Amino acid sequence: MSMTTTDTAGTRVVATPVGRYGMADLVRSEWTKLRTVRSTIWTLGMTAFTGLAASAIAMAVTRAHWTAMSAGNRSSFHPIEVSLTGADLGGTLMLGILGILVVSSEYATGTIRATLAAAPRRPMVLAAKVLVFGTVSLVVAEFGAFASFLLGQALLTAPAPHATLSSPGALRAVAGIGLFLCVVGLLALGIAVLVRHTAGAISAYVGVILVLPIIVSALPGSLQYQIERLLPLEIGSAMINNPPPDAFGPWTGFGILCGYTALTLAVGAVLLVRRDA
Amino acid sequence: MTLHQERYDVLTTRRPAESAGRGSNPPASDLYARRRGSHTDQHETADAREHDRQLPGAGEEDSVIEAQHLTKRYGDKVAVDDLSFTVRPGIVTGFLGPNGSGKSTTMRMIMGLDHPTEGQVTVNGQHYRDLAWPLHEVGALLEAKAIHPGRSARGHLRMLAEANRIPLRRVEELLELVGLGSVAGQRAGKFSLGMGQRLGIAAALLGDPGVLIFDEPVNGLDPDGIRWVRKLLKGLAAEGRTVFVSSHLMSEMALTADEVVVIGRGRFLAQQPVAEMTSRSTARFVRVRSPELLKLRAALDEQGAETAFEDGALIVRGMDEVAIGDLAASLLVTLHELAPESASLEDAFMELTEESIEYHGALQGPARGGDR
Repeated sequence: MSMTTTDTAGTRVVATPVGRYGMADLVRSEWTKLRTVRSTIWTLGMTAFTGLAASAIAMAVTRAHWTAMSAGNRSSFHPIEVSLTGADLGGTLMLGILGILVVSSEYATGTIRATLAAAPRRPMVLAAKVLVFGTVSLVVAEFGAFASFLLGQALLTAPAPHATLSSPGALRAVAGIGLFLCVVGLLALGIAVLVRHTAGAISAYVGVILVLPIIVSALPGSLQYQIERLLPLEIGSAMINNPPPDAFGPWTGFGILCGYTALTLAVGAVLLVRRDA
Repeated sequence: MTLHQERYDVLTTRRPAESAGRGSNPPASDLYARRRGSHTDQHETADAREHDRQLPGAGEEDSVIEAQHLTKRYGDKVAVDDLSFTVRPGIVTGFLGPNGSGKSTTMRMIMGLDHPTEGQVTVNGQHYRDLAWPLHEVGALLEAKAIHPGRSARGHLRMLAEANRIPLRRVEELLELVGLGSVAGQRAGKFSLGMGQRLGIAAALLGDPGVLIFDEPVNGLDPDGIRWVRKLLKGLAAEGRTVFVSSHLMSEMALTADEVVVIGRGRFLAQQPVAEMTSRSTARFVRVRSPELLKLRAALDEQGAETAFEDGALIVRGMDEVAIGDLAASLLVTLHELAPESASLEDAFMELTEESIEYHGALQGPARGGDR
């Protein structure tokens, strides 16, 4: 290599940094990706909104009819669960869709090739997506859960009994459902890595979340309960309710869900590396 | 070669060393070894890279992109078949082939996006996946409008810049450079194909890379845009960068490229300077007009030339204008026109691909790879 200097035509405008691109760079990039598209604002907004709206409506209606309710209905009324059901179901759908879009929109638009050209270490790209989406969805889900709980309980004035965060199981239910939503959203993200198409990934996710329980409910009694408690929807319900005797405990169920998500993401990472982009 | 040289000199005052001798390239393994060797010290790696890019003359004898026996099969279908070629800095290298001949697949393999079934390709002596800061070394425009329609042009460039720690002021500079400054905040879904193409070019230039790969960059551009891209490609090459640009339009390559790599059906057909490609073609002929054409024709036929009438002129092949003129003079035949016509790149290309198809049609399988 000769060391002669030449004219300035080839001098560089952008200095190459020392070292190598890494997780911090990709996290910054993924955060920009997430916040520069409208679908993020919509799905996150809807996550919080459905939780709050469902809680407010359910509590207002219950409060209005409380005196007319039967003793049986009153005793089975579970203020913690009712205030969180909307956050649970709404968040499962909305954060699931956002988790899918984080991956599938890159394939739909061809951005994935720009992404992988900038960062050819594909597992690291997936890890950055998981970290950024996981953090954002956790923050929004926890916010939605706490806000839904507090709003709902505030609307549930005497004589109806309301819960507080110090009520037995309340904090676990509220904080736990936020964790559940974050992990179920990551499950959706993992499904999108496998399926790559938005419509296909949403179908697969909705199939697992909503259709599978319907199929399982057609099974004979004991078998039905054995399988049902393994389903994500049931794991979510167990988190906000006093679980029925044959269900897994809230944290056991949560552990199982984490297992599903980890497995899906691991298979996704392998396929991401193997397949052509 | 001389035409090639002249054309180049018009564009840049610097005379690139590479034009002098194609055959004298040192083995690319030197470059490879150097890069590998400095891997232990990241500082040194960055320094070495800096040198290569600040001194465009320095690396010019090395090939920057090197494909070796690159093969891509999709099931039974062979998209790229035992393709080997090199791309050097300082010139625009065209990648020419009909639609579906494997150009895009090859480019995706260079970028590490598609995995070769066999063979390998390196950039700056490394596999793409091993590059420390990919966008600082290689910039690519692989498809038009590969942008999220809901994201702004600024957002698109920003997320790429951040992934490779490129300063954000560079994003603003490029938005201005490609003429998207006024629409930088608008959703890219509203962009025309041409604007999408400009954004793609901005993305390729983001890290100020020494290697640029463009897949059909003029597709969908208006005449102004096409001229802009041509100028840009030549300018980038004149700065000492490596520019590899694909097209299925021979006419476009004739105007832009200094050298072409020609493929057909995924196979290597030729790699040569554009000027050489046309001069070698047998499609070269001389047009002759004269009041005594019949007399001249008889004499030409006797000399073994191939002649044919076309629009009242005689088309002569197999004999150049000097010999024809001398012959006419010796016969005292008056000439009204004696015009040598070189084949267009298009003709040369057609000739090349037809030959290859016949050749490979006749010799299936066993002859694979023997044509190099």
